[in-house]
Amino acid sequence: MPVFMQGNEALFRGAVAAGGRFYAGYPITPSSEIAELAAQELPKLGGVYLQMEDELASIAAVIGASLAGVPAFTATSGPGFSLMQENLGVAYMAEIPCVVINVMRSGPSTGLATMPAQADVMQARWGTHGDHPALALCPASVQECFELSALAFTYSEQLRMPVTVLADEIIGHLREPLEVPVGTPIASRPLPSCPPGDYGTYDTSAGDVPPLGFFGGPHIVHANSSMHDAAGQPTTRRDTALALIRRLQDKVTARSAEFPQRRWYLDDAEWVFVSFGISARASLAAVERLRSRGVAAGLLQIQTVWPFPRDLVREVCRNARGVFVVELSLGQLVGEVERAVMGHAPVHLIAQSDGRPLLPGDICRRAGEVAGDGFDR
Amino acid sequence: MVLTAKDIAGPRDRGWLRYLRSDTFPTFWCAGCGNGVIMQALARSLAARGPAPEQVAVVTGIGCFGKADDYLTTHSLHGTHGRALGFATGIKAARPELVVIALMGDGDCATIGGNHLIHACRRDIGVLAVVSNNLNYGMTGGQFSATTPEGSITSTSPYGHVEPAFDLCALVQGAGASFVARGTCGQPALLRRLFDEALAHPGFAFVEVMTACPTHYGRANRQGDAPKMMRGIAEAYRGKTGVLFRRETAGFSSKYRALQTARKAADGRVGETR
Repeated sequence: MPVFMQGNEALFRGAVAAGGRFYAGYPITPSSEIAELAAQELPKLGGVYLQMEDELASIAAVIGASLAGVPAFTATSGPGFSLMQENLGVAYMAEIPCVVINVMRSGPSTGLATMPAQADVMQARWGTHGDHPALALCPASVQECFELSALAFTYSEQLRMPVTVLADEIIGHLREPLEVPVGTPIASRPLPSCPPGDYGTYDTSAGDVPPLGFFGGPHIVHANSSMHDAAGQPTTRRDTALALIRRLQDKVTARSAEFPQRRWYLDDAEWVFVSFGISARASLAAVERLRSRGVAAGLLQIQTVWPFPRDLVREVCRNARGVFVVELSLGQLVGEVERAVMGHAPVHLIAQSDGRPLLPGDICRRAGEVAGDGFDR
Repeated sequence: MVLTAKDIAGPRDRGWLRYLRSDTFPTFWCAGCGNGVIMQALARSLAARGPAPEQVAVVTGIGCFGKADDYLTTHSLHGTHGRALGFATGIKAARPELVVIALMGDGDCATIGGNHLIHACRRDIGVLAVVSNNLNYGMTGGQFSATTPEGSITSTSPYGHVEPAFDLCALVQGAGASFVARGTCGQPALLRRLFDEALAHPGFAFVEVMTACPTHYGRANRQGDAPKMMRGIAEAYRGKTGVLFRRETAGFSSKYRALQTARKAADGRVGETR
């Protein structure tokens, strides 16, 4: 029995279904419904809602709660996401699980605060300084808001790192039916099983993701956002530094093929659309419109934008007559697609950055300007 | 009281040593630095209060005192400059039974972290905040901080500092802190008493320790060697140390727990909301 639900609520419900019990944040349009729901619902579940003085403190509190063993999350939008980048670096480097929901709005800076955009793609990848990994999931429906929000917790705990859910204003405020999934797994953290005296917070002898204890547990955790050794002690050794920097990246990229993506009408597609979030939704409508006119169009819906699915994009696009990247920015995803396609097919950008969504008709028309025959009949 | 040999040697009971990682000694700190005095006093208070190291979480930031976690056997997080109280707030809110301590310098706590400091006071969550106030940024070469006295010479105020300094104890009391105390690094017995009382306090507890940086601040301002600086600091703060303010409080965690209990009771459909 489906329930009628808003995207932001589905993001929250998915987080709770996966075990999220601690929220710290700072209200910001267009994500504030998530904070309000957290304040209302988490205490009933024995969880905690904290409203902090800013987003720097919000993500810090989330990281602290996660170290205390409680699955923790926050929600924000572009300006707040910018403020969180400093301490997201702590979570990447010290390997502390947490989930950040960014309901994107139009920027830069305070921009068009109530209007949609998809221009935080690169911030989700490179927002904090230094070499670091990234994992970002992009819902394009209320159903996906629930499912990807829950999945973010699973990846976060299993990989010991922050996971970003990159939604947008339209998806966040969209209301449509949600089939509440049955049996959403509670995100579980691989806990240390060795004798407490043998435990090292960053000991990789049992795998590329070291088990993480929790504050209050018998295995003493020395979480360290400076360069550190297996015990969490600071070090400047170059071999230790390089091994850690590499491992932080590799633990994500080694699992690239496991992260979800969605293929629509791609088997015989001559014209391939690549998009995500609300623009994927509009692109799908455009693809179906083109199909009805006899154009062999298909859509690769990017559900996991980071790590970027380079192999998949290359495979899907290499024999295409043309590739259209559809996004609400002046072009961020398109650069990654071009790098993946490596000139095997022409890549065209269908972009918009004025606080308004791209509509299916816009997409058909602009693709037709490039492709010609059949697109705008 | 001024530091004596007896204070350094201490009483026979060495239970406090279990909080310190002697395998990482010698510490990073300069000869004459007051941070070691603070660490020993804190370890003694922990030993007297009795939580096992796994029941203690220490958060540090960046700066000389930000290295303190390297020398502790407790759980620890070494994080970013100025944000220790944000991390500590999350730890305490998520697991209130833990003893949560934030160890910070004046740059960390009161300069870059000033906004977090005043809100931690207002929120009144049961974190012990210890500030090692050496009046300058020691680790990075002695630049001025928000507690550097007006007129002082530092590496970024070579002609004398033109800005006034924060009185941190007055600041945090104004911001609503429920426990405010000040000691000096030359008075370890006093520090021990202040930490004992702060650890027993259910709300936010703020302990400022005026300490010597003979390497930078002391040298730039011709304050002599470390013993002379310690005596000078104790003299300068005579009558301004001890527990300066305290009020009865339940603290954030017990109030939030009551809220959770009431909401759980009011909501019979907890299982469905999962």
